[in-house]
Amino acid sequence: MSDDVLYKLTNVTKSFVKGKEKITVFDNLNMEIERGDFLAIMGPSGSGKTTLLNMLGGVDQPTSGEVTFDGGRVDTLSEGQLAGWRANNIGFIFQFYNLMPMLNAARNVELPLLLTKLKSKERKRNVAAALELVSLADRAGHKPGEMSGGQQQRVAIARALVSDPKLLLCDEPTGDLDRETADEILGILQLLNTKFNKTIVMVTHDPRAAEFAKRTLHLDKGEFVEKELVT
Amino acid sequence: MSDLYLVFKNLTRAKLRLFLTLFATFIAFMVYALLTAFQSFLNSGVDLAADDRLVVLNKINFTQPLPIAYVNRVRALENVIDVVHLNWFGGYYQDPQKMVVTMAVDPESFLRVFNEYVMPETEKAAWVKNRQGLIVGKKAAELYGWQVGDRIPLNSNIFSQTDGRTDWDFDIVSIYTGEDEQTDTTSLYFHYDYFNETQSFGRGMIGWMGVRTDDPGNNEKVISSIDSLFQNTQYETESMPEAVFNKAFIEQIGNIGLIISSVVLAAFFIILVIVGNSMVLAIRERTREIGVMKTLGFRSPRIFRMVLAESLLIALIGGLLGLAAARGIIYMLSQSSTPIPTLIIDQSIVLKAVGIMIVMGLVTGIIPAINALRLNIITSFSRT
Repeated sequence: MSDDVLYKLTNVTKSFVKGKEKITVFDNLNMEIERGDFLAIMGPSGSGKTTLLNMLGGVDQPTSGEVTFDGGRVDTLSEGQLAGWRANNIGFIFQFYNLMPMLNAARNVELPLLLTKLKSKERKRNVAAALELVSLADRAGHKPGEMSGGQQQRVAIARALVSDPKLLLCDEPTGDLDRETADEILGILQLLNTKFNKTIVMVTHDPRAAEFAKRTLHLDKGEFVEKELVT
Repeated sequence: MSDLYLVFKNLTRAKLRLFLTLFATFIAFMVYALLTAFQSFLNSGVDLAADDRLVVLNKINFTQPLPIAYVNRVRALENVIDVVHLNWFGGYYQDPQKMVVTMAVDPESFLRVFNEYVMPETEKAAWVKNRQGLIVGKKAAELYGWQVGDRIPLNSNIFSQTDGRTDWDFDIVSIYTGEDEQTDTTSLYFHYDYFNETQSFGRGMIGWMGVRTDDPGNNEKVISSIDSLFQNTQYETESMPEAVFNKAFIEQIGNIGLIISSVVLAAFFIILVIVGNSMVLAIRERTREIGVMKTLGFRSPRIFRMVLAESLLIALIGGLLGLAAARGIIYMLSQSSTPIPTLIIDQSIVLKAVGIMIVMGLVTGIIPAINALRLNIITSFSRT
């Protein structure tokens, strides 16, 4: 595997048993994600986008096949090991932000740092830097309920970034936002990719959102139907 | 920020629910502490009873008298060290509604047999010397504002003097305290001779006897000797260890222990259901948040511990507040003008209560904690 390849899926199969029926989502799926890539995955509902994202995020495991991240196998990790792996390597950005409503923005951003060995002072410094990056330093003390959707998503981005993960996974990050705010969020993601060389995988329905990515893969019935669309 | 901070923030997010849950726990532990203290008081009669002390009663029942001549006959028996006789006076001070436990005794033998009453030697001597002398328990003295040197009248609702009066005059010669915190200090004791000479009926009779044996191991033998001695007489006796008598006395009004245990168990059962249900709902509402935490990398056992910590905190905060309130209530009652028993929430009650709080916290938290432990990330996002 080339050093440039961060993520590699080889002959990955994923199937579920629903009642008496066996549903195969992926059958021998192969893909590579290079470091510094900004990949958009598009596709109709039921195409397997979310399942793929879950596998990339280590919250779901393939039925068979090999998943390699940064040179190490992920598909062989136990649930506990996967939790540690996620904490160290993956930043998640969700459609509905998924912030803790009882915590203010700074505390929400600090959450992943509780999984590190950083001391309180270092954690605070990192939180301040992450909030600064998403231009929300002045909202550090505000709770999610006191912020707009766009601001909440920016807090979520800061939370995803704060532990400096190798990969950002975004699940419809602008799906709950108006056009203008969506562009702001996508602009931030683009900045993270171009300026800070963050590798980003974004699942989206929105072709305009996909335009912010470096390339787009189209998934249909568990297969990439169009190899690559460079934007 | 720490895990404890997260637990605290989760705990306080639904303030009304927290208040109601804490209040329910608070009430349960307050009731527990008060009832257990009361039970402990009732048991103190048994616990503090001297092993080498017997009670000798009229076989018919304890309201029937015995001849005073019995005292010397019992005193002469083998293995008997001392004997004191006591008469129930049926006393009250000013208000007939407020009974004061008052007994006529022989002071010298009383002080030897009931050595748990603490008072200066000079006052003991003064009591023996003064036929109208009265010793007063500390609690009774505080209640009525009596002091050593006061001369007070006490009425009887049973007896009268030969001139028809129902009141006797006494000199307070000592205010005694107890060897143990739970020793009764609400009672009054005065000279049998003074009582016997002045009463209009029942002269030469006593209520019951307190007998001190040379060894608790000889109790059965002495009991048998006493009861055999007076068998087939007009006044047959029934003797028993003091602890047995005290226990039987308490149980006259029912099995208090069972009643208290039932009330406490019912209270705790209700609390278990309320708090357990509340915790299950609280965690169910947070399914997505738990899923997010797991996604971020929080391991399941850590989340399990945080949920358990939440339910433990509810039980401990509510429970400790309940104990504090019970102490406050007991203190306020002790300051009131009603003669109430000495209720004490001692270390053993507190330790037991804390043990129950921990068990309750674990029991009410275990189901939601297991649910959180087992929660699958993908399911958590699809469920909400």
